Amino acid sequence: MLELINVGKRVGREDHMADISLQFQRGSLNVLLGPTLAGKTTLMRLMAGLDKPTSGDIKMDGVSVAGVSVRERNVAMVYQQFINYPGLTVYENIASPMRLAKVQGDELDRKVREAASLLKLEPYLERTPLHLSGGQQQRTAIARALVKGAELVLLDEPLANLDYKLREELRVELPRIFAETGAILVYATTEPQEALLLGGRTVTLHEGRVTQFDDTIEIYSRPCDLRTAQTFSDPPFNLASVSVQARQLDFNGRSFGEVSETITALADGHYTAAVRPHHLALQPTDQHTVALQATVGTSEITGSETFIHVDVAGNRWVVLTHGVHRVEPGQSIAIYLNPDSLYLFDAGELLARVPSFAMDGR
Amino acid sequence: MITKTVNQKAWFLVLPVLLIVALNAIIPLMTVVNYSVQDTFSPGVFFFEGTKWYKDVLSSPRFHGALGRQFLYTAIILAIEIPLGVLVALAMPRKGPWVSVCLVLMALPLLIPWNVVGAMWNIFALPDIGLLGYGLNWLGFDYNYTQQPVSAWMTVVLMDVWHWTSLVVLLAYAGLSSIPDAYYQAAKIDGASSFAVFRYIQLPKMKRVLIIALLLRFMDSFMVYTEPFVLTGGGPGNSTTFLSIDLVKAAIGEFNLGIAAAMSILYFLMTLLVCWVFYTAMMRGEES
Repeated sequence: MLELINVGKRVGREDHMADISLQFQRGSLNVLLGPTLAGKTTLMRLMAGLDKPTSGDIKMDGVSVAGVSVRERNVAMVYQQFINYPGLTVYENIASPMRLAKVQGDELDRKVREAASLLKLEPYLERTPLHLSGGQQQRTAIARALVKGAELVLLDEPLANLDYKLREELRVELPRIFAETGAILVYATTEPQEALLLGGRTVTLHEGRVTQFDDTIEIYSRPCDLRTAQTFSDPPFNLASVSVQARQLDFNGRSFGEVSETITALADGHYTAAVRPHHLALQPTDQHTVALQATVGTSEITGSETFIHVDVAGNRWVVLTHGVHRVEPGQSIAIYLNPDSLYLFDAGELLARVPSFAMDGR
Repeated sequence: MITKTVNQKAWFLVLPVLLIVALNAIIPLMTVVNYSVQDTFSPGVFFFEGTKWYKDVLSSPRFHGALGRQFLYTAIILAIEIPLGVLVALAMPRKGPWVSVCLVLMALPLLIPWNVVGAMWNIFALPDIGLLGYGLNWLGFDYNYTQQPVSAWMTVVLMDVWHWTSLVVLLAYAGLSSIPDAYYQAAKIDGASSFAVFRYIQLPKMKRVLIIALLLRFMDSFMVYTEPFVLTGGGPGNSTTFLSIDLVKAAIGEFNLGIAAAMSILYFLMTLLVCWVFYTAMMRGEES
């Protein structure tokens, strides 16, 4: 188990990381999710032992490793750039961590070929990385990390530089490949979708602080605060200021009525309402009962889905609907809201109410 | 249907380039070729000699001597400047305020004209008043570049190293700076030694610029003229008479135009050949 206890990293007068406390179990898959500059790489460097924390402690199976040089730790890392030894063949690249660990002969050869077959690199063993495609280069880097048999494997946006198709493929393979080794897998990404596809547990980061650490799906359904909700939503949450008064939800001078029993429990006051783009509809349904007047900004059609950017009482919202919908910029349309799908965050931006479907984790 | 327009005016647009290339390359080269196959006693009177001058040059001990000295000199220069340049580049800071200071200091020797370098070292190395010459003698070394071939060679080599190592340094440094930080990090995580980092990351990444450095230093040192000419004039005896100095002696000192022209052509072909061999060999190494 890897434990971070109140870890902080201060550079000059700036806190790059503050008060990080996390626990990662062996064999677990953990996602670090946050926008660029949130501190994902800094956190990984601390975990790897490339940097020393300025406060707090890092323990591996109860033993402090905060001061231990990375050379003495059993850590492997894969980067966004495809990092391999440029002058060595794929075979030698995969063999390199074992050569440093003085593994020799048949065992070395067997492990290299095993890793190569797992990562579909067998036909390229005699090539140098320069003569491989980006995907093959990254597979080589992953194979190098794999044969090391590290107890901690750090993947720093490993798929960001690959094209869509290769990314899909490797994303499915990666957790499977490392699952057998029993290593703690830490995967950094900026994309909420990637976190959801990987599953496991997720740490959401914002400006060097952990905002939430829980099962990935749990964070998605119940983000603890507004920041986490925003970090974990793509397209972003649609936000609006609302107020609750005497069990009535009031939005822009309009009352939604006594919308749900969970709201009755809320104290009167101002809240931020957040609704996911796909919870809005262009037609009224049994659930989508509240009509809102919206002005179309632009629309993007992907084929299976249409993103309509609209202005709702001064708020910029996105409506995500299935299929192709043609709307003209400037057009006035009605959008329908399911009041039950609203997340509410209180004045301190903490989660005050979740939609009823998120209560049972659906 | 496509009609092809024929416009003879286009020739005028190509003309300037043709003129420039003709004037600065083809015509001088052809003049030299012309001289190399003919003999002359007075202006306008030429006799065709065929390959006589080439045979003379190729069988002359003087040419063999100059050629041998030339290859030895170039070999020593490359053997010192390339590794030294790489070492200095490795020792230079990668970031911070000292980077620009180092780069400017490194670029300084490159800005000094050849003849000035020769003159500087001429005085610097004088055994009676020069700092280097006097200092060496004071330390007990018998050093006099105007009289001892070994001293002369040492000075000529040292002068070139001082003047041109910077070029290798700057090229190697450029190669090093292009290596992303992540490579060093990855090597550190692998537990690689600093020699392994050099051998398996830095050297392969510097390979291309080092090929350029090698080619440039080969060509320049193979054609060296001004510095040894100013320093020693090819002496003592002819111990520092390299090909180009020998060539100028033959052409202007002795007015042996045929011999000098034949030497020029051979010299040109040798430079071209060696560069081509260098380049193809290294590019082939790159591909495999």
